[in-house]
Amino acid sequence: MTATTTAPRAATPIRTQGTPNARLRAWATRAPLLPALIFMITVTQLPFVATLVISLLDWNSLYPDARSFAGFANYGEVLTDPDLRRSVWTTILLTVAVVLASLVLGLLLALLLDRRFRGRGIVRTLLIAPFLVVPVAAALLWKHVLYNPEYGLFNGLLHYVGGPQPDWISDTPLLAVEASLVWQWTPFMMLILLAGLQSRDHQQIEAARVDGASDWQIFRHLTLPHLRRYLELGALLGSIYIVQNFDAVFTITSGGLGTANLPYTVYQTFYQAHENGLASAAGVLVVIGSIIIATFALRVVSSLFREEVSRG
Amino acid sequence: MSDTTTDIRDTTADAQGTAAAARRTTRRTRPARARGARGAGLGVAAWLLGLLFFLPIAWMALTSLHSEPDAATNPPSWAASLTLDGYREFFGVDGGASPWPALINSTVASLASTLLVLLLAFPAAYALSIRPVKKWTDVLFFFLSTKMLPVVAGLLPLYLFAKNTGLLDNIWLLVLLYTSMNLPIAVWMMQSFLAEVPVAVIEAAHLDGARLPTVLARVVAPIAAPGIAATALICFIFSWNELLFARVLTGVVAETAPVFLTGFITSQGLFLAKVCAASLVISLPVLAAGFAAQDKLVQGLSLGAVK
Repeated sequence: MTATTTAPRAATPIRTQGTPNARLRAWATRAPLLPALIFMITVTQLPFVATLVISLLDWNSLYPDARSFAGFANYGEVLTDPDLRRSVWTTILLTVAVVLASLVLGLLLALLLDRRFRGRGIVRTLLIAPFLVVPVAAALLWKHVLYNPEYGLFNGLLHYVGGPQPDWISDTPLLAVEASLVWQWTPFMMLILLAGLQSRDHQQIEAARVDGASDWQIFRHLTLPHLRRYLELGALLGSIYIVQNFDAVFTITSGGLGTANLPYTVYQTFYQAHENGLASAAGVLVVIGSIIIATFALRVVSSLFREEVSRG
Repeated sequence: MSDTTTDIRDTTADAQGTAAAARRTTRRTRPARARGARGAGLGVAAWLLGLLFFLPIAWMALTSLHSEPDAATNPPSWAASLTLDGYREFFGVDGGASPWPALINSTVASLASTLLVLLLAFPAAYALSIRPVKKWTDVLFFFLSTKMLPVVAGLLPLYLFAKNTGLLDNIWLLVLLYTSMNLPIAVWMMQSFLAEVPVAVIEAAHLDGARLPTVLARVVAPIAAPGIAATALICFIFSWNELLFARVLTGVVAETAPVFLTGFITSQGLFLAKVCAASLVISLPVLAAGFAAQDKLVQGLSLGAVK
C-alpha cells in the first residue's frame, strides 16, 4: 500500500472520493485479497456452474453421442425416482439424528468435564481421540471390529450377558452408520461447549448460589442461555460436515440397505451408472439443501461476529 | 489402565483443585461438603464415559497386536499373546501391496496444499483484518459460503476436466482441490488471529518505509505465528482425511492413504489385525497433531468464533 500511495501526482486534486489516487489506494488495499478470491472463484464456482449446465442435459457418458438438452427432466426424475427420493430423506434423517445426539451427549460430557476432578486432562484427551481417527479408519473400525456379527466386540461383550447376537449392520443399517458418526462428532461438540462453559461469568454464578439458587436453576437460567450461541455454532458446523458425509456411508454399508445419502448417490450415479445429467441434478439439490442450512447459519455466525464487525 | 501412574500433567491442577475444595469446605460447611461428595461421583462418571468413548480405539490397538486367529474370536480374546504380524502384513513385508506410495502421496498432497493455503490466506486475512476493505464482512461470508458448497456439487465437472486434460490420477490436482477446500477456513481463522495484532506496530513499520511484503514477513507473521501454526495444522488434518476427491480423481499412481484403506472395506475375517494396524498407522499423524494442539483445534474448527 505504501508503494502506490507515496507518490501522488502533483496535478491530481486531492479530494476524498473518486479521484484516481483514492481509487488506486482502494485497489492497493484490496490487492492482497485478490489471489485468494480469484483462486476460490475459479476452483469452486466454475465447476458448480458446469454442474448446473450438465444438470439440464440428458447425458449418459457410456453413450456420449446421445447427449441432448433435457430441461428440468433430471430434477423431475431425482424427485420422483423412489431410490433417489429416499436418499434425500436419508440425508435429512442422518444429519438431524447425528447432530442432535452428538450435541446432547457433548453437552453432558462438557458439563462433567467443566468440574475439577482427578485426571480431568486425561479424560479430555481420551474423549477427543474419536474425533482424531481418520474417518475411513473409524468407519472400518465400526464395520469390522465392533459390528461384525461373529467376532465383533459388541457381540463379544453380549456373549457374557448371554443375550441375542444381532447382525448390527443388516438389522439396523442407518442406526449403525449414525452411531459411528455420533461417536466421531460428540467430542467436537463437547470441545465447543466446554469452551462455552469456561467462558461463563463465575461471579454471577457464585452470586446466584449465595442467593439460594439450586444447581438446576443456575443451569436453566444462567448456563443454558449463555451456551445458546455455542449450541447453535456446534449444530451449524456439525450440519455442514454431516450433510456432506461420504466416508461412513461408503465404508460401512456402501450405500446399501437404504443408507445411501445424497453425496453417496451423486457419487454412484455418475461413477457407476455414468448418468452425468442425473448426478448433476442430485448435486444441485444437495447445494439447495445446504443453502437452506446456510441461511440459518449465516444469521448465527453474524451474531457471533457482531462484535468484530464493529471494528471495520 | 495404568493412567493413575502417568497422571503427570494433571497433578498440579489436582493439587490446586483439592486445596480449593478444602478452602470451600471450611468456608461454608454443610452444602459444600454435600456438593463435594456428589462432585466425586460425577468425576467417576466422567472417567467411565471417557473410557467408554476410548474403548473402541483401545480395542483396535489391542486387536492390531494379536495374530489373525486371536483377533477374530467370540468371546473376545483379552489376554492372547502379542505379535507385530498385523503391522508386518500392513507394510507388505511378507508380500502384498506396500502402503508406502499411498502414505507418501498423502504426505505430499497434505503438506503442499497446506503451504499453498498459507501463502494465499495470509495476505487475504491481512487485507480483511488489519486494513478492512469496504464490505469486508461480505467477502468473509463469501469465503464461508464456498465451504457450504458441497464437494459433490463440483465433482463431475472436475472429473471430466481431469480426464480431458490428462490430470486424472495426478497428485497435483488433489493439491489444488485441497487448497480450495481449506482456503475458506484458513482465511476465517487467520483473520481472527491477525485481528489481534496491534495496528500501531504495523503503522510504525510502514512509516519506517517498509513495504507490504516486508511488513507481512517481518512484523505481522512473527506476532501471529501461533495462529498460523494452528491454521496449518487444521488444513493438514483435513487434507490427510479427505476421501471423496481422492477416490474419484486418483487411481494407481496418486492413490492416497484413505483410498488405500478403502481396499479393506470388503476384506473378511482373517485380516482383522491388519485392518486395525492399517487404521492406526494411517491415523497416527492426525492423532499426534490433534493431541498436540487440542485447544487450537476447536478454535480453528469453529472458525475462530470460540476462544
